[in-house]
Amino acid sequence: MSATGVTVVQPPPAGAPTPRRVERTGSWRLSDRIGLAFAWFLGLLFCVIAASIVIYLLVQGLKYVRPGLLVTHPTVGYNENQTGGFLDPLIGTAIVAGLAMLIAVPIGVGVAVWLTEYGRPRALARVAESTIEMLAGAPSIVLALFGTLIFQSGALGFLSQETGGIVYGRSFFAAGAMLSLIALPLIVSTVREGLQAIPMHVREASYAVGKTKIATTRRVLLPAARPSVITGAMLGVGRVIGDTAIIVVLLGATQNLDGVGSTPVLGTLRGTGSTLTSYIYDNAPTGELNQPHKAFAAAFVLLIIVLVINAGVDIYSRRARRLRWS
Amino acid sequence: MELKKPPPVRQLGLEPTAEVHTPLAPPAPATTNGNGHRPDPGFVAAPRHVTRASYALDRMQIDEVSVSYGAKEAVSSVSLPIRQGEVLALIGPSGCGKTTLLRSLNRLAELGNAVTQRGQITLDGVDIGTMEPTALRRRVTMVFQQPNPFPMSIFDNVAYVLREQGKRRPRKATLREPVREALTRAGLWDEVGDNLSHPALRLSGGQQQRLCIARALAADPEVLLLDEPCSALDPQSSQVIEDLIVKLREEVAIVIVTHNLQQAYRIADHVAFMYLGELVEYGTAERIFRSPREDRTGEYVSGAFG
Amino acid sequence: MNEDAGYDEPGLTGDKRAELGLGALVAGVVCVLLAMLAFVLVQAWPSFAHNGLSWFGPGGSVDTQIQSIFTSGDLKQAPQYAIHAWPLIWSTILTTLGAVLIAFVGALFVSVFIVEFAPRQLKTVLEPVVRLLASVPSVIYGLIGVLVLVPFIGNHLISSGAKASVTPVIQLSGLSLLAAVLILSVMIAPIMIAVFCEGLRSVPRGWIEGSLALGVNRWRTFWKVAVRTARPALVAGTVLATARALGEAVMLSMVSGSVGFAPNPADGLIFFVEPSRGLAATILHSQEELTSPPMNHTLYAMAAILLFSAAMLSLIGWAVKRPMRRYFAAGVAT
Repeated sequence: MSATGVTVVQPPPAGAPTPRRVERTGSWRLSDRIGLAFAWFLGLLFCVIAASIVIYLLVQGLKYVRPGLLVTHPTVGYNENQTGGFLDPLIGTAIVAGLAMLIAVPIGVGVAVWLTEYGRPRALARVAESTIEMLAGAPSIVLALFGTLIFQSGALGFLSQETGGIVYGRSFFAAGAMLSLIALPLIVSTVREGLQAIPMHVREASYAVGKTKIATTRRVLLPAARPSVITGAMLGVGRVIGDTAIIVVLLGATQNLDGVGSTPVLGTLRGTGSTLTSYIYDNAPTGELNQPHKAFAAAFVLLIIVLVINAGVDIYSRRARRLRWS
Repeated sequence: MELKKPPPVRQLGLEPTAEVHTPLAPPAPATTNGNGHRPDPGFVAAPRHVTRASYALDRMQIDEVSVSYGAKEAVSSVSLPIRQGEVLALIGPSGCGKTTLLRSLNRLAELGNAVTQRGQITLDGVDIGTMEPTALRRRVTMVFQQPNPFPMSIFDNVAYVLREQGKRRPRKATLREPVREALTRAGLWDEVGDNLSHPALRLSGGQQQRLCIARALAADPEVLLLDEPCSALDPQSSQVIEDLIVKLREEVAIVIVTHNLQQAYRIADHVAFMYLGELVEYGTAERIFRSPREDRTGEYVSGAFG
Repeated sequence: MNEDAGYDEPGLTGDKRAELGLGALVAGVVCVLLAMLAFVLVQAWPSFAHNGLSWFGPGGSVDTQIQSIFTSGDLKQAPQYAIHAWPLIWSTILTTLGAVLIAFVGALFVSVFIVEFAPRQLKTVLEPVVRLLASVPSVIYGLIGVLVLVPFIGNHLISSGAKASVTPVIQLSGLSLLAAVLILSVMIAPIMIAVFCEGLRSVPRGWIEGSLALGVNRWRTFWKVAVRTARPALVAGTVLATARALGEAVMLSMVSGSVGFAPNPADGLIFFVEPSRGLAATILHSQEELTSPPMNHTLYAMAAILLFSAAMLSLIGWAVKRPMRRYFAAGVAT
């Protein structure tokens, strides 16, 4: 329907898509073009840097890692061929992560539940949020220092070595306890988010049939928030196994697991040892032992562990996201 | 198919002004045969603004335009003229393609996924596909359903277009006059003129929408597209905006998408009824609402569906 | 007490118990953390008390001072507390500020790239990569730094003439400010990118579409609307990354050198390759000497400075975000 007075422009043949002129940057201001170029440049530069870091570590790691390293204890030797593997640091990493999670997860979930579901008196809630935020920003070296303060006091001497009345203060217990503080803010915030994402009508439905708040929490909310608990725990583990400062200060400098006393598990936990991170730290050129090849191998293993945990978090949260609340 | 007689559409009373025609009596119900075809429109007319604009100048021409999202065709072979001096209303039930057609007028539709477009749209004789999109969108601006003023002050919102186009950034002093003019044209100057640094998000819904109109007018457009501008507003604000639209049509060609039939009847000069992507009927508002030629049009305007 | 009973009376008590129990847990955690803070300050006080404001000032070799503090811990001598920690503070300031500036600019543009302008395949690759880089342990960054970047700087960027010119004072070996700043910025950039991207993505689509519909081009639209709207996220990400940079001990102790030397900008280009050591790295370095009480107090004093800076950072971030909220508040003003 063409109205009068308009020049009818020949329409293109029916069925053919019209050629479009897309937005060209030619008409943009110079600063815009520079900005876009800069964004592209930095984006690609970031890709290059990330790729080179990952590739370099993989290449060097594969060059030096041998399966035997994973199961041999570190030994004293003169050159790299004689110094054994890093089984003890590997075990140490596992112990420390397990201990830290054992402490951090229950406390973290409890704090998150209280903050989301209860939260009275309001002053305590605000103070709690601020202190946990402060904890999140505290450097781990400071926490390590504080750990020495606690664990060197006589009262807690049973948790580590005691020589002639001086409490040494270094043990898996000490390291695990301080590392749990590192993981705590992560767990609290993740679980809080998970709980807050559950809409009110779920809680109201449970109250409406007469369930108490705590029963609702235990039987309805926490199972529903389980993905965020697991995600928070995995993030916490990732953070914990990557920490070196607390390990170096609180776990002592022994490469091998050096237990104290004769009780099987408790003796190890009271004793000193090392983890992959402190092993790398000691074997780097700036460390005491200076065995770069071993350091690369250990770094490779550590990176793989971190990669696996990261991938796990990704996959799990993607799966959990599919159960959306409508 | 048996069609039951639909309930009469509710009449919206307006303040009578000198220019308002007296309401017409509802038309006599058409005779129906046994099967009940040709339903009585049952449309009770409300007072209208002046129907005939003083002139109508062709600005845009839609020629056999089809828009598809992937395999699904949203708009099929529509042709319409768009004239300055009149308001064109696109009506139709949800999903009929009227919003897609509107968005193709300023080339926003092509920003979606897997969009293909056929046919031609011209602005003053020039195919808009050959224009720079940013230049086109300054001549054909759009106001959206949800008021979306930027999180800045009122002044910054209206001055946004003026600042961000062109090669050099104009100074604030030179912007005051265009901002004032745009706000006046949008009928907002009296209300906010004394405090232009007020945050735009703190205005009421109707004021925010008028601010969006002022923002669109600041670019001095030739065509103004409105996508259901009053659907998120209360009746008083809608009223104010409708008056505004009628006032603006002399200077700017206006295309409005609305699902509010009374609104279309009140303010439109020409109406295009779309259904499932096709243009079913196009004509003056009087004719479409009183004596539609197509059955489907009659059913829609009488509320039988949609 | 059956908490799942369908009637109120016993349930209420159970609920009350749970609330009190959890509240006690939270209060306990808060007390432990606050006690931590108090203890650090109490342990730090003697060092500050003995030095006053000159703790922060320059004066002599800080390494010798630390050494004499440590040896004086032997109960036979009077404890020494004198320290002028300016070189350590200066090093911390330089590495932190340098890394944050570089990382901020980089992270801003990279996140704009990722959210808006990157092709789709690149986008799906980049996001997991950012998250991975953010979780790589700092000791691995240190390892790469000391095995790749430091030799490169030492052998290729520093001329032997330059090395000879400063031999009496320090050794230019590649363990340097430059290495520290570069690696630290690569380390904290992913944190910033993650927070920035989240902020940019949460900008309502309506605003971006509204700007495009007004004829503003894509770059300008994104910059003026999205980046401006996401300013609180920019601040949050920067604060987070700066806190991380401040407290970084392990990586810096591996690449920035282990001398308490204050790099001097007046030295010209050599300034960038001078070694130094920050506060956190110093604590790590000297942690075996904690048995000596004066050393103990001095190290706690450094820790107190770090805690204080982190707290100040949070405060500054909060203060910067407040005026930004003015234009975001929806609703009718009274």
